Amino acid sequence: MFARLNLRTEVLQSYAFVARNFNLIKRYWGWELVWLAYSTATSLAVVFIGEGSALITGAEDIDTSYFVLYLLLGTLVWGFLSGLFNDISEMIQWERWEGTIEYTLMAPVHRFTQIIGQAGFAVLHSLLFTMTIGVAMIIFFSLDLSDANLFGALLVLLAGSLSLVSLGVMASILPLLYTERGTQMTHIVQAFLLLISGVYYPIEVLPSVLQTLARVSPVYYVLNGIRSAVLEGTPTSELWGYIVPLLIIGVVGMPLGVWVFRQAELYAKRHGKLKRVG
Amino acid sequence: MKAAIDRNQDALNVRNVTKRFKVSKPPFWTRWRAQKGATGNGSTASGGRGGDAGMQGVVAIGGVSLDVHRGEIYGILGPNGSGKSTLVRMLSTLLIPDEGQVLVFGLDVVRHEMEVKRVINRVSVDAAFFKKLSPLENLLYGARLYGMTGGEARRKSIDILGRLGLEARSYTQPMDEMSRGMQQKVAIARAFLTQPILLLLDEPTTGLDPRSKYEVQEFVNELRDCHDATILITTHDMGEADRLCDRIAILDEGRIVAEDTPAGLKRLIRRNGHEPTLEDVFMQLTGKKLSGAEEFDPEPVEVAN
Ligand SMILES: Nc1ncnc2c1ncn2[C@@H]1O[C@H](COP(=O)(O)OP(=O)(O)OP(=O)(O)O)[C@@H](O)[C@H]1O
Ligand SMILES: [Mg+2]
Repeated sequence: MFARLNLRTEVLQSYAFVARNFNLIKRYWGWELVWLAYSTATSLAVVFIGEGSALITGAEDIDTSYFVLYLLLGTLVWGFLSGLFNDISEMIQWERWEGTIEYTLMAPVHRFTQIIGQAGFAVLHSLLFTMTIGVAMIIFFSLDLSDANLFGALLVLLAGSLSLVSLGVMASILPLLYTERGTQMTHIVQAFLLLISGVYYPIEVLPSVLQTLARVSPVYYVLNGIRSAVLEGTPTSELWGYIVPLLIIGVVGMPLGVWVFRQAELYAKRHGKLKRVG
Repeated sequence: MKAAIDRNQDALNVRNVTKRFKVSKPPFWTRWRAQKGATGNGSTASGGRGGDAGMQGVVAIGGVSLDVHRGEIYGILGPNGSGKSTLVRMLSTLLIPDEGQVLVFGLDVVRHEMEVKRVINRVSVDAAFFKKLSPLENLLYGARLYGMTGGEARRKSIDILGRLGLEARSYTQPMDEMSRGMQQKVAIARAFLTQPILLLLDEPTTGLDPRSKYEVQEFVNELRDCHDATILITTHDMGEADRLCDRIAILDEGRIVAEDTPAGLKRLIRRNGHEPTLEDVFMQLTGKKLSGAEEFDPEPVEVAN
């Protein structure tokens, strides 16, 4: 199946998705701004929990700035990963809504190529988006990041992207299988990841069943790796314990995602689920 | 295994193809109520063409076979719901047939999907686009999917849009600000752009004004004459079919009821008084339920094949 890939063509085809999506953002810039404002506000709301921790609990020996940074990393990483997941999992939903899905699936494009294009866009988009919020927050709370290993954190984040892409691809097929309710179902996947992965708390507070699940959630490794790099300043050479599991999940997940997607496509073509009108 | 398009083969062989769709069942409480009612008055709740209540389904295409030779313009006529779009979708890899086989230039559309996709394109009656993107942005996306570079795609798009009579100022404004007919022209441009050697046109001129229709028909003829394309077209415009098509199949309830040249089809029915038109043929071959049927020659029609 992947044997006779013509690299130049595949690159051009992947780029088709990147360019198309950035064109869409350009046209829907108002919506992008609204989303930015919304995300900033929710991030702020979470981080203020840290600011208020002494007031809430009455305890005086809380390291507030550590707590604030802990929560901030949680909200930013989650913002990045869920944004990435959204961009990928919406790739079918959006085209169904526009009615273009038949034209995209009719084109001579390998699904792998399509997913690479879509993923490339999603990583760039989410990274720009999250960095905008992150910089605003760092200024707002005047945080000191001089000891943080930001490069290591970025490496962990990129390794994590790979595995989130494959999760997103698997979720993206839901609208193909369940024509009406598919998108809502991807939200359930997200809510569950948020619950188990320790975004705002250590997973040790969770019931043991959920703790076990957390250990297979890529989000868990991303958060731990980034917190370790930024909060403790762990050098990159010691971050492999986080990066390697993420790469493994990603490398196993990608072909699996492509395969699952292909099965859903065949199902849709057998049962007439792509059709719109005419 | 290496498979390649063989241009010397028929552009299209459709062999005994069948496609059924499941009909979505009504919610269980309606069925329950209908069942309760049925015990009283004896009526049943199931409907549609065939199938019992458990396996409700509709046969959209039932055992269709046809061949389209290279360089032909082949028309498919038929009433609403006769299965034209379903057939076209099976030819364009968007639906997988339940039974039978479709070959495009000798290659099976299911087994050699990618090779077939490279040489076909389709225009459907709904011009589906990214509505906020401009025609150029949409066409660029479409062309890149077929491996074209941005520069090449842009040049060709502008050329084709111009030929189809679209004003230059609308190239860069969002699609949703254009009229339906203009959108349809962009849809046609999208398909022509990739230079398919088999072009599937599903009601391409529905919603176009007479001049635009004529321009599209001219373009279709030119594609066939100058670019060696084969064209399969469905339409509800009998005049268009008559002018454009070398051969025509008439589809009714998922089956081909006649197939011939336009002149041959007209010879199938005899009218006292005037020359039969393609519309007369259509009416007679698909019009079982038409009231005043005695107006037509009651002699049974001999189906050519
Ligand atoms: N995806 C689908 N799911 C379920 N039923 C379908 C689907 N597509 C088509 N059908 C059914 O198959 C039959 C044929 O539909 P089709 O769209 O092929 O007709 P058509 O000849 O193109 O009609 P029109 O002239 O109105 O475009 C209809 O009964 C339709 O309801
Ligand atoms: Mg139709």
